[in-house]
Amino acid sequence: MAAYIFKRALIAVLTLLLIVLILFVLMAFLPGSPFNDERLTVEQIATLRAKYGLDQPLLAQFWSFVKNTFSGDFGVSYAIQKNVPISSLLSGRLPVSMRIGGQAILLGSLLGLVLGVIAALKHNTVWDTFCTVLSVVGVSIPSYVFALGLSYLFGFKLKWFPILYQSALPFHSSVLATVALSLFTMASIARFTRTELLEVLSSDYILFAQSRGIDGFRLIARHALRNALIPVITVLAPLVVGLMTGSLVVERIFSVPGVGQLLVEGIQANDYSVVTALSFVYSLIYIAIMLGVDILYGVIDPRIRLAKGEVQP
Amino acid sequence: MSDQKRADSAQNELFLAENALLSVRNLTVRFKTGYGVVGAVRGVDFDLKKGKTLAIVGESGSGKSVTVKALAGLLGENAAIESGSAVLRGPNGEKTDLFSLKRREMRRQINGRRIAMVFQDPMTSLDPTMPIGKQLMEGLRDHLHLGREKATEEAVRLLKLVEIPEAESRMRSYPHQLSGGMRQRVVIAMALSCNPEILICDEPTTALDVTIQSRILELIQDLQRKLGLSVIYITHDLGVVAKVADEIAVMYAGRIVERGLADEIFYDPRHPYTWGLLLAMPDVEMDSGELYTIPGNPPNMVGQTVGEPFAPRNEYALNIDFRREAPMFKLSETHYAATWLLHEKAPEVARPARFGRPPKRLN
Amino acid sequence: MTMQAEKKAENSAAEALAAEEFAFDEHDFEFAAQGVAAVRAAEPVLPVSFTKEALLRLAKNRGALCSLFFILLIVLLALVGPLVSGYGYSQQLTGHDNMAPRIQGLEKLGIFNGSEAVPMATGVKIVNKYEKLQGGEKVYHWFGTDVLGRDLFTRTWEGTRISLFIALVAVLIDMLFGMSYGLISGYFGGKVDLVMQRIVEVLHGIPNLIIITLLIIVLKPGLPTIILALMLTGWIGMSRVARAQMLKLKEQEFVLAARTLGARPFFLISKEVLPNIIGQLLVMSMFSIPSAIFSEAFLAFIGIGIPVPMASLGTIISDSFKSLTAHPYMMAFPVVVLGLLMLSFNLLADGLRDALDPRMKDR
Repeated sequence: MAAYIFKRALIAVLTLLLIVLILFVLMAFLPGSPFNDERLTVEQIATLRAKYGLDQPLLAQFWSFVKNTFSGDFGVSYAIQKNVPISSLLSGRLPVSMRIGGQAILLGSLLGLVLGVIAALKHNTVWDTFCTVLSVVGVSIPSYVFALGLSYLFGFKLKWFPILYQSALPFHSSVLATVALSLFTMASIARFTRTELLEVLSSDYILFAQSRGIDGFRLIARHALRNALIPVITVLAPLVVGLMTGSLVVERIFSVPGVGQLLVEGIQANDYSVVTALSFVYSLIYIAIMLGVDILYGVIDPRIRLAKGEVQP
Repeated sequence: MSDQKRADSAQNELFLAENALLSVRNLTVRFKTGYGVVGAVRGVDFDLKKGKTLAIVGESGSGKSVTVKALAGLLGENAAIESGSAVLRGPNGEKTDLFSLKRREMRRQINGRRIAMVFQDPMTSLDPTMPIGKQLMEGLRDHLHLGREKATEEAVRLLKLVEIPEAESRMRSYPHQLSGGMRQRVVIAMALSCNPEILICDEPTTALDVTIQSRILELIQDLQRKLGLSVIYITHDLGVVAKVADEIAVMYAGRIVERGLADEIFYDPRHPYTWGLLLAMPDVEMDSGELYTIPGNPPNMVGQTVGEPFAPRNEYALNIDFRREAPMFKLSETHYAATWLLHEKAPEVARPARFGRPPKRLN
Repeated sequence: MTMQAEKKAENSAAEALAAEEFAFDEHDFEFAAQGVAAVRAAEPVLPVSFTKEALLRLAKNRGALCSLFFILLIVLLALVGPLVSGYGYSQQLTGHDNMAPRIQGLEKLGIFNGSEAVPMATGVKIVNKYEKLQGGEKVYHWFGTDVLGRDLFTRTWEGTRISLFIALVAVLIDMLFGMSYGLISGYFGGKVDLVMQRIVEVLHGIPNLIIITLLIIVLKPGLPTIILALMLTGWIGMSRVARAQMLKLKEQEFVLAARTLGARPFFLISKEVLPNIIGQLLVMSMFSIPSAIFSEAFLAFIGIGIPVPMASLGTIISDSFKSLTAHPYMMAFPVVVLGLLMLSFNLLADGLRDALDPRMKDR
């Protein structure tokens, strides 16, 4: 188990380092960066380079870049809010994005699990069809189309919820954004849960349990759900990516002052340092969650936890 | 089964053969599949006597597994028991038709407590995420309502009964930590945990190493003697049958084509399919170097079939085989076979010479 | 067996037959015109080829068929649509801005007649811009026009064409590259596999979103950049499937046989393995197409899609988002096309998967 965790952690660190290297190369060399702006004079560029330590040897630059990045110092914004440290831009926005993302994943997973379990238990009934159709539609409809629909219907036409996010009403005004974001999570989890549970329900050990007179709630709770839900954990990581991508769009539509919106602004304004910083933050979150999922999976599944030559003849 | 049918079968007197623990009569099971309705089991009759071993033999798809799954109430949603009865004798002589029980009653009263099953693949029969001790104690606690300590004690006793070394420490093992043979022992212990009277073994050794197969068979036989179990074996392996069976039923295409005492089947087989099966069995005394195979493949039982399903593969097929299925001809109180060759007008057939007695025809 | 018992058996069988009034034919009890040789010769050939059977299963899947129909319809419209509308996709008609949909024939029913409800300070007012336009009674914009006075019907289908093109090219390259990577990794195994898989694992750890955005801000936005970005992120999944299949097939007899006969790796991979996994990869790419279309639309929406005046479904939706509350029709049509396309591809992929792997059915 320790070896397993070590291997996973090593890959995670390697990945993160690779990302930092890519970001560094982009920052230092590519044209179109703030330092290569044609309107700047040679002197101005030199001053800027000195200010950001770009006149140092490459290795020293990289080292300080790594050090700064990992200590949360991402430099300042060049375009969006000139000379404001990115870390302070982030500190206001990250909690909002995290909260809405958290709400979405909670809502999506819960609904998805319920739908998936119902679909599998009521296999080949109207319930199953309903849940399946819902989940296919859920993965097929881009979250922003859904977000726009929600915003138009419940925000504009019915006026149940505010169209735009308001900091004064942090929950009420984030409902539509949360629902829009959670659709993909819900659909994926529902689909996956259904598949897994059906697989488990048709397995030999369920049949064997039934042949020993275990039925109904006991069977589902003790044997079926446990085994079906372990693999469901693995879809969490891809779902987080889905949430990140979704948040870019959803935050724009509901004008949520979050990280996603900041990234979009950064991309549109060509603010390299913001994009780099956010790329690092997103990657860090993603890699941390992947690692967490891997470890969790190992802890829950005894086949991985105890996978070390313990087979007895 | 619909309520109407249930009421009907209650009105008819429940058929239970004398000195039988379980009598199955006219069992018919159909499957609804994407390709049409499949007659998986078509009018199967057999009796199981107390303490005896019945082997149901046939190729895959012959309906042998469906037959026993029907008895254990384990048929899938797309299967329906069209007709038939399976009457089980209670301790005080009362009769219960298994097919008249609701699913819930089946699980509560029958499964595990009176009829238990052992499946083919011990690798997949156990829940991979639960220690075997906990799985073993499930039945003890749910059915026999033992307390935790009592159940643990009993579970250890059962593990010892199936000859698992260091039973106490094995309780905490997960299935993947045990070898195939060990797992099958655990499966047997679990099946026996609530003292069933009938043990159904569905190809119990097929998935195991050859070296372990006979040890598992001996264990089952040993337990059978100790506990007075009646055992039904489902197998395609006549080698297994020869070792364990008191009575044999040969199934083909959802029907029993021949049944009788083990000696009758091995030394005086009457059905060409049984001949084929026996010839296909490797034998140390075999003189010819080549092993016989029954030509062709088992039929597809979708929709209505005309004539004997075996006829196209049968070297001894008569014209009538293509028109009509043969009725069951009674050869002795215990021996029955369904082949037109036993009809009085049928031509003389030289049976393959390998079986004990020369071929003999009814007249 | 006593004569008496035999007699009785015969009688009971005969009685059963008589009861059903079955008329025997004089030839019934002659051997059927088939000897051993005939039976052996009649070894059944495989009834239908695998591909044909898979297609038959697909044809039975109504959802998949429906999806196929919609995909074909959309592709057809994407090809023909821009040609028949009479407008260019980037043609800006002065005075034709913000016009609601108007369709010949349907306008008489009171729908799609070019009028729309416009919210005013004094309440909602029905406005029909075609009436104000000079010669407007002869003008038809089937899907309306956008804020710049471009015909949305033309733009929608033009955009669909571009979106489909991007998706197809990206998935095709994905499939080729991912497949080669996976097959090579799986075939050679050992150290090659180890290194190749570590690379995949590390790359897999970088969120796609980051790869795409970095790439697009580094390179000039445009069609090739977007295709490259989609391609870079899509091949990993494909390579995993290919590798897994390769590992599975590598050990099977027919590949082993070819190997022992000295077949070269390239020959082996392309002739023996590829035909066996192409179905799976096809399914995989069917799932990738909608996700590529979605990614493109997503990029457009965050402002780094293909540059104006070109249009994709994504850019049209993104543009019309700004006037969603005033002119919802602008967005409705491209959104419906996008949704329909995504849904159809997903359903078709589902159907295809079920058809190729019947075991996956009902999962």
